[in-house]
Amino acid sequence: MAWLALALAVWIGGWWLNHVLSHRPKTRVTRLAVPVIFGLTIVIIWEALVRGLEISPVLLPPPTQIAATFADKTHILWQDFVQTVIKGALTGYVLGCGAAFVMAIAVDRFDFLKRGLLPVGNFVAALPIIGMAPILVMWFGFDWQSKAAVVVVMVFFPMLVNTVEGLSDTDAMQRDLMRTYAAGYWKTLLKLRLPAALPFIFNGLKIASTLALIGAIVAEFFGSPIKGMGFRISTSVGQLALDLVWAEIVVAAIVGSAFYGGIALLEKALTFWHPSQRGRS
Amino acid sequence: MRNIVPVLTVVAAIFAIWYAAAVALNAPWAYNKAERAGVSLTTSELISDTWSQQKPKLPAPHQVGAELWNTTGEMVAKGRGFSKRSLIYHSWVTFSATGLGFLLGTALGIALAIGIVYNRTMDMSVMPWVIASQTIPILAIAPMIIVVLNAVGISGLLPKAMISMYLSFFPVVVGMVKGLRSPGPMQLDQMRTWNATPTQTFWKLRLPSSMPYLFTSLKIGMAASLVGAIVGELPTGAVAGLGARLLAGSYYGQTIQIWSALIMAATLAACLVGLIGLVQRIVLKRMGMA
Repeated sequence: MAWLALALAVWIGGWWLNHVLSHRPKTRVTRLAVPVIFGLTIVIIWEALVRGLEISPVLLPPPTQIAATFADKTHILWQDFVQTVIKGALTGYVLGCGAAFVMAIAVDRFDFLKRGLLPVGNFVAALPIIGMAPILVMWFGFDWQSKAAVVVVMVFFPMLVNTVEGLSDTDAMQRDLMRTYAAGYWKTLLKLRLPAALPFIFNGLKIASTLALIGAIVAEFFGSPIKGMGFRISTSVGQLALDLVWAEIVVAAIVGSAFYGGIALLEKALTFWHPSQRGRS
Repeated sequence: MRNIVPVLTVVAAIFAIWYAAAVALNAPWAYNKAERAGVSLTTSELISDTWSQQKPKLPAPHQVGAELWNTTGEMVAKGRGFSKRSLIYHSWVTFSATGLGFLLGTALGIALAIGIVYNRTMDMSVMPWVIASQTIPILAIAPMIIVVLNAVGISGLLPKAMISMYLSFFPVVVGMVKGLRSPGPMQLDQMRTWNATPTQTFWKLRLPSSMPYLFTSLKIGMAASLVGAIVGELPTGAVAGLGARLLAGSYYGQTIQIWSALIMAATLAACLVGLIGLVQRIVLKRMGMA
């Protein structure tokens, strides 16, 4: 009972604190503090509920146990991280986004291709591409190459559609201005259209960053060497070692957020001129 | 309409590449067979062999089409349209999980969005976590959710629907928050001059003006929720559903089965998204927005 009372007290206390903080003028501190307090409240309530209701750690391990496993098994987690994120997801991400970018410039050059490929690309982007995973695992073998291939296929179309859309985001006035400067196709592309497309390109890169991790992990469910985050998750679930599974999820969460955050920072540095970035301090 | 010729060209090009790739990828096996039989292959023999293998590396489109017909149309014609070998049955299993998850996710998303728009505390504390929750590759823990829910006695449809729900609520929250906030200060002032209560403002101004945003989000949410249902079927031991067909096909090297399940999933996705698009057109037209 004491644990349950604690959970309730923490919930009320945390919400009250957030209520007070959020009704004061917005500053940098409150903007950061409020979500952090909310997150901490959730973690404490989780711990208290697991202990108070005596939920078996096989079903839902408490956060303290997950943290202990995380600290204990860092070498396994690191090995899985290198296999899945660095070799699988990152290679595929760079290849897929790079190919989509080059393709987008070619598509943009020829109006026929643009009118034909864009509807198809939009259609494919809505399909459950992840289903390609077993086929690609069959083609490229169990190691990281097949995971990279899955990631390439997954990130290609969102990136292509976004880049093509971005490249058409200049208006006739701006292009005419470039023509009065006697700028050729490549000059116009480099100095006007690519910078104007950057917000869209970054949007595509952000979507692709989450897709890349998902693709690399899920592809491992269809066969992998005896390391990798997806492999560890599926085998540990079989052994009911849920604390290790949660530790892998923590790794995935950190990697995913860092990946996304890194791209967002880069976007802020490169598109500082865009209205969506200017309004914020 | 002017896009039809280019689109058809691109689709035709895709099929041409597909057939060519089938020849290239299946050729080693065809040569291997011919060598053991002690015959040499002419080009036309090679091509016809690569397009009709039992377990090809890449099945040709007509093989996939035949398999699709065998497992859907022909079984319906025989009156066994819902037997366990028919893809219609598996699609139905996947669709029911997708639909339930989509409904739950949409309801949760709209509720959260209303909370976020009307409650400042929720806006500041929940919204960052909603966004952060999507940078976590949630699909990765799908097997765990299924196993854990099985252990506490919940099995069948609901665990899969939970994964679909988690994937589909996010686009709805983000779209609805944007949509509910889309009325400008001018319109909100107008409501105030009419002495409208907050409830009236919600039903007569905020909700109607959020509709275009809602439908765009629903399309993304539906696609995401289908992916969730398919991945949710992987760890259940390949019992039923399109995901189970994919897994079974990959265990036994039945490439034609994988491809037909994949095409079926794509068709299902296209139908569901198209359906939402249709509802969107009708609703927006009746609201005078399209």
